[in-house]
Formats: sequence, C-alpha cells, structure tokens
Amino acid sequence: METTDLIFRIVLIVVIFAISLVVAMYSTYAERKVAAFFQDRIGPNRAGPWGILQPLADGGKMFLKEEIIPTNATGFLFIVGPSLAILTACIGSAVIPWGSAIAIGGHTFDLQVTDINVGVLYIFGVVSLGVYGIMIGGWASNNKYSLLGAIRAASQNISYEISMGLSIIALLMLTGTLSLKEIAEQQHGFAWNVWRQPLGFILFLVCAFAETNRSPFDLPECETELVGGYHTEYSSMKLGFYLFAEYINMFISSAVMATLYWGGYNYPGMDWVAAHVGPTIGPLIGVVVLFGKIFFSIFFFMWVRWTIPRFRYDQLMDLGWKILIPLAIANIVLTGVISTLLK
Amino acid sequence: MSTFYFIAFLSIFFSILVISAKNPVHSILYLILTFFTFTIHYILLNAQFLAIVNFIVYMGAILVLFLYTLMLINLNKESEPVKPFMVKVAGVFGGGILAVAVASSLKLIGASNPVLLQNPDLGLVKNLGKVLFNEFLLPFEVSSVLLLSAMVGAVLLATKEKEPKAA
Repeated sequence: METTDLIFRIVLIVVIFAISLVVAMYSTYAERKVAAFFQDRIGPNRAGPWGILQPLADGGKMFLKEEIIPTNATGFLFIVGPSLAILTACIGSAVIPWGSAIAIGGHTFDLQVTDINVGVLYIFGVVSLGVYGIMIGGWASNNKYSLLGAIRAASQNISYEISMGLSIIALLMLTGTLSLKEIAEQQHGFAWNVWRQPLGFILFLVCAFAETNRSPFDLPECETELVGGYHTEYSSMKLGFYLFAEYINMFISSAVMATLYWGGYNYPGMDWVAAHVGPTIGPLIGVVVLFGKIFFSIFFFMWVRWTIPRFRYDQLMDLGWKILIPLAIANIVLTGVISTLLK
Repeated sequence: MSTFYFIAFLSIFFSILVISAKNPVHSILYLILTFFTFTIHYILLNAQFLAIVNFIVYMGAILVLFLYTLMLINLNKESEPVKPFMVKVAGVFGGGILAVAVASSLKLIGASNPVLLQNPDLGLVKNLGKVLFNEFLLPFEVSSVLLLSAMVGAVLLATKEKEPKAA
C-alpha cells in the first residue's frame, strides 16, 4: 500500500507538471488566437492545421536564439532571476485538489499532491516569493528600464497582496479551515462559495490580475514607458522563462480561483453521476469540470487583456490602496455580521 | 537531529555572509536565505503556522521592501560613510561585551531541556488560534493596538510636510 501510494504520488506530480507546462504553452497560442478574434483577424495559421504547432515553433526559436549576458550585468543573479520566476510558478500547484478521491484497482487515491493544513497560506507564500524573480532579474540587468520595471512589480505585488489576503479572510471566516481540500469538499454539488462571497470573489479576481502582472495591470512591462520592463535585457530561453512563468501563474491562479470560489471539481448533479458511472470515472468527470472552469477563467484573463487598456501607475496605486482595501475590510465586517446573525 | 544541525549551519553561514557581503543588495539576498532557513526550523518544530507566516511576512513582504529601498538608493563607493577610528574601537569594545554576556548566559542555561516541546501539535493553526484567543487575548489585542499606533504614526510622519493648498 505504501509503495503504490508513493508511485501514484510521483506519477501525479509528473502529470501535473506536464499539464501545467502544456497549458502554459498552449495559452500563448490561445492568447494570439483570442486577440485575433477580438480584433477581427485570423491569427497564427501557418505551423500545422490552424497553426496548432505554433507554440512548438516558438519554443524551438527561443532555444536556438543567442544567449546574451550584458557585460555590466551581475552574472549569477542575472540567471537566478528567470529561474526563480519559473520555479515559484511551478510549485504553486502542489496543494490544489484536482479531484475527489479516485478508486483505481481497489485502492483509493487523493488527486492532490499534498494536503497541508495551511494550504491557502502556502499559495500566498508562493505568490509573494514570485516577485523576487522579477526584482532580482531587473536589478541584475543593470539597466534603468529594467530596474524601474522591477520596482514597479515589487510595489504592485505588495499593494495587491494586502487586499488579496483581506478578501480571503472573509472566505476563511465562512469555511473555517485553511486546507484547500476541505474547502473544495465543503462546496459539494452547487454550494459554491461565490454565491456567499460575491464581493470577495471580485476583489480576489482583481488582485489576481495584478499579482500575475496581466493587463490592465501589466505596468512592470509597460513598453510605451519602459521598453520591455524588467526583461528588457533578456534574450533566448531566459526571456522564455519569464514569459512562460506568467502563463503558468495564470493557470495556477485560475485553478486557485476555481477551487476557492467556483466549487473546484464539484458540479450540480455530481452524486447522480457518481452513482451511475462508478468511483473511477466519477472523479475523472470532476477533474474535467475543474479544467473547464480553469480554461474559462484563462479565457477571461485574455478577454480582459484585449478589451481594457492599461492603467496609469498612480491609478493602479489608488485602486489598490483606496478602493480595494477599504472594500475588503467592509466585506470582512459584513461577512462577520451576517454570519453571526444567521447562526 | 542531523537535519537540524545542517539547517543551523546554513543559518549561521548565511547570516555571516549577510554582514560580510560588500554589496548591500547581495547582503539582503543572503538575509532572505537566512530567513528561509528559519522557516525550515519552524517546520522542524512542527510550527506550521509560524513557518508560513514567517515565510509570507518576512520573506515575502518586509525583505521585498528592504530590497526595494536598497535598489532605489544609489550606494556607490564614494558615498560610503568613512568611520572614524574611535568609532571602530568603540564597536569592537561593545561587541566584546555582548559576546561575554551571551557566553555567560549560555553557561547558566546548561544542557538543553529535552521536554521543551510538551505538546507537538501546539503549532498547528487551530491550536495556536485557541491559545491566542483564550489565554492570551488581552496581550494579543494590546499588541495589535501597538501596531496600529505605529501605523498611524508612520502615516502622520509621511504627511507632515504637506503644505496647505496654495492660493
């Protein structure tokens, strides 16, 4: 039993890792197709049918480009930056429950790498670590534009982390646990948290855009002001790592949002389905449902990017400190009052 | 136990690098690594909540601000303050006194107490919350008021020089 459990876990880790990389790869393709759709163009259509081999071609190009380390850059830290960015992007998936317990050949396995009882805080820790990749890379480039991009990234991440944490507190008051597995189990069927925490979800969503540096909050790489932002000096696969980390972050934050607010792998009528298809296929349908939610959320990220223009920097700070934080605190008070009255 | 010694070695190693690094930004990066080893120490003690809070608050927020400030300040060799000889002598003297005090207090403690960790589950979120909000409610609230007053003071200092609206 111990060995099968271990083997299953290793397989799960490899599968999740592969899935996040493939999803990130095809998000680049999807982004270009979605942009093309919104702007009434065709988008990439040369490599393979409908251009579906485009990410592979892009990846090949990234690997074959010349590696440049600027003479005045701090050599070691210049490499640490993108490595840290991709590392923190990848380790976030460890605590996400991808499905309910699945039965394979008489054994029951959890579709989650590890269920630590501070899972939500772990996600926060990983998110807050993510900014170091950008800061170190931007500073080590020894370029004014990179440094300004890095500093913008740091102040933006710290500001929005606060309102993100406050919006989560209201949710935790209702769930009473920090374990993502238990939070997902509580939302069985259609009892999703978003019905109880609509304001909290909107706050979390806005902060997730800011934390992943996605438009309209992509000021660290604002090309009209900062050339390329923190990755101005980067080339080849090191640049690829930065861009890739952004897409993996988008995938992970979509998964976290789906788990915390949109019921994770739960869907209405899941008991009926589970009773009819058995304990192996039932959880797999749950996994498919979760991925459906994640893909819709990724599409939403892209939809916003090609619809809303970029904020100005002072507007970004005003939104974070003067609107989101007071709203999040009001949400906590409201949640406390209502849940006490209804008890 | 060997894990503890390895991590303790890393903690001391990185903290020595913090004070010996020439470049202040490198010094902060070593400080981040030092705090990361502290997180591992907390996990070894089964204090999960403390570990993750140390991770988020110290590594994720406070040291980012340190790094942020240091990156903005232009710290060149020319702007490095030159310390007078007497200050160096005073520093060595003060450090020596501190070393004597630490050594003598360590001697008083004697052998390490093996029953220190009476309840190994104390560090889990639920138990820690219950202890904090039952036994230590008053000190907890008082310390939060202390932090609030510090915050208000910082805001006051930052807005002090704002001039009245020019006519």
